[in-house]
Amino acid sequence: MTANRIALFVTCMVDQIMPEIGVATTRLLRRAGFTVEFPMAQTCCGQPFFNSGFRAQALPLAQRTIEILEPYEAIVIPGGSCTGMIRVEYPHLLQDNPRWYYAARRLAAKTFELSEFLCKLESDDWRQSTANCQETVTYHDSCHMNRILGLHDEPRRLLQAVGYTIAEMEEADRCCGFGGVFSIRLPEVSNAMTAEKLRQGRATSATTLITADPGCLMQMRGMRRNDDTIQIKHLAVALEEAITGKPWSME
Amino acid sequence: MTTTTAQFRERATIALEDVRLQQALDGATGRFATARQAALAAIPWADELRDHFKAIRAATLANLAEHLQTFERQATAVGTHVHWAQDGAEACAIVTEIAQRHGVTLATKSKSMATEEIHLNAALAKAGVRPVETDLGEWIIQLAEEPPSHIIAPAIHKTKEQVAELFERESGRPQSAADIPALTAEARRMLREQFLAAGMGISGGNLAVAETGSVVLVTNEGNGRMVTTAPRVHVAIIGIEKIAPTWDDAAVWLSLLARSATGQPMSIYTTVITGPKRTAALDGLPDPDGPEEVHVVLLDNGRSPLVGSKYEEVLQCIRCGACLNVCPVYREAGGHAYGSPYSGPIGAVISPLLFGLDKYPALPHASSLCGACQDVCPARIDLPRMLLELRADLVTQGIAHGSEAVLEGSVSLAMRSERVWALLMGMGRVGQRPLLKNGKLALPERFNPGGERPLPALAKKSFHDLWRDGEV
Ligand code: SF4
Repeated sequence: MTANRIALFVTCMVDQIMPEIGVATTRLLRRAGFTVEFPMAQTCCGQPFFNSGFRAQALPLAQRTIEILEPYEAIVIPGGSCTGMIRVEYPHLLQDNPRWYYAARRLAAKTFELSEFLCKLESDDWRQSTANCQETVTYHDSCHMNRILGLHDEPRRLLQAVGYTIAEMEEADRCCGFGGVFSIRLPEVSNAMTAEKLRQGRATSATTLITADPGCLMQMRGMRRNDDTIQIKHLAVALEEAITGKPWSME
Repeated sequence: MTTTTAQFRERATIALEDVRLQQALDGATGRFATARQAALAAIPWADELRDHFKAIRAATLANLAEHLQTFERQATAVGTHVHWAQDGAEACAIVTEIAQRHGVTLATKSKSMATEEIHLNAALAKAGVRPVETDLGEWIIQLAEEPPSHIIAPAIHKTKEQVAELFERESGRPQSAADIPALTAEARRMLREQFLAAGMGISGGNLAVAETGSVVLVTNEGNGRMVTTAPRVHVAIIGIEKIAPTWDDAAVWLSLLARSATGQPMSIYTTVITGPKRTAALDGLPDPDGPEEVHVVLLDNGRSPLVGSKYEEVLQCIRCGACLNVCPVYREAGGHAYGSPYSGPIGAVISPLLFGLDKYPALPHASSLCGACQDVCPARIDLPRMLLELRADLVTQGIAHGSEAVLEGSVSLAMRSERVWALLMGMGRVGQRPLLKNGKLALPERFNPGGERPLPALAKKSFHDLWRDGEV
């Protein structure tokens, strides 16, 4: 994968709540030699509206996101769900208008989830490190990343490549209970789902549960107790930590 | 029945707090799911078989009327009476009329979701006919006067202690929950009396085969055979979508049904009913058996409007229950939360479609859209897509809450300008301060029951700010 103008689409959740994920993503991409651009006009891909049935409200956000990202050669997103929205749902949402439909298709073809993008790189110099990572982690397959994008091996491959040992959960691909607005609409069921996910995470020998989706991260962190035996981290942060050999810091 | 969000939450909470129910749900769904996986892994070309099956189902639905007419013609030719019922009331009227014509006061039933759907038992009782369920699970919930909580395991929510209690009440004899074989023997004894006394047998139909006018029933307990052969009259009620044009198609159907449902290569009994009992002269048999009259009621009840609509795919469903067993929402909330005979992912889609979106506004949202259902569906039905479509219908039909529309509308509007959005979020950073507890946002109880899952606060600086300030 070579691209000169690559754009970072951080997602609204990372932008406002967990900007460190955006920072870690930028650092990883720079390590790989890219000049990362951040189109300042970006806000939200529109998925929350689309998934709630408010298509008329999702549509203008989809259109403006397409216009904002169109000029770049590749777009990288640190989240499978928003990537899935752009890649799979945009063409669907815009299917009635040929001009927008083809614009959506063009964008879909050059939009990548972070681990997917990194796995496509020809060189793996970006992850060379003198640090000696010894940690055992477990990986949660975000539903959209796994089932809509089919990205199951990529994040695991990267984690292992930087030195992590992976201890799999009983059901790594079981939903964490987030589901966007679902988690607010039916909080009791949502929480029970998250409790089950965390139970499975704790039952492994891992000290950290890693996910590539900001939504799952927020959900699982929300249910994590302060004295919990397991940490919850985003893939980008975990990769940065292993490469630098230091705990994450914004500095 | 209706299911609003408040109702779903209320019923789900009852299930979540019931430790024994949670264990039973986890155990049974887990066992079914594991068995299914093993059963499909054991056959070569399982994926291609599913693709092929989907193609068969799609092609059948594309010519549904023609296949139904073929079925009617062939079934009539072998002596079966074919009835068409536009809705549940019509179907119930047809069945009760047959019962009354034959002076039936007791009818045995084998498991049928279609009869649950149309509340046939209540209609029969009103007409003076006592219906007795003979599938063990169905009988248990009939005794408990509860609706089914799983498509193929209706009493999945009942413990053996509860079953022993119900049997004790029914038989008037003490029963021991510790001795399951004794309990089933007791059930067999009690039901045997009913089989022999019943004037009519009522069944569903897993599928109908058009080319021979046959009805196929799949059971594990053998009760289906008793119901369809012992009484003088047999009535089968089948949804119009459950049709296989040929036996070749039926073979693919049957090879996936039990594997997807319970993980069995085939169910213990696969019963094919092609007309009433023959005369000795016709078959050359010394003592032909079976019912003197066979009726098939083809039930529409909201199905035909789906043909040709964006929801047509959902008619490919064969009610195997596989989607329930892998659904993380069903596995926590249980079947009764859905407030419909059809629960789980397929229930969340077809209950609003068959019984009215306005009656079941919570169900399209009773899913995290994880997609596990589509992964296991033998017909690969895109259930998450259907849920998304239903959610959009809730909005366009004005069923969604007005305040929600206002909120979604204004947030979307703000997000159309990065400046307005940044301004709003900046205000949020200040406004959130009084609500913060240990750096987290404690939402009101309604959104965060028990304070179990506080939301993270807005970060001190957004990524936009960090980038602008050269801190990335
Ligand atoms: S939707 Fe698919 S998995 Fe669910 S019951 Fe129907 S056929 Fe089975």
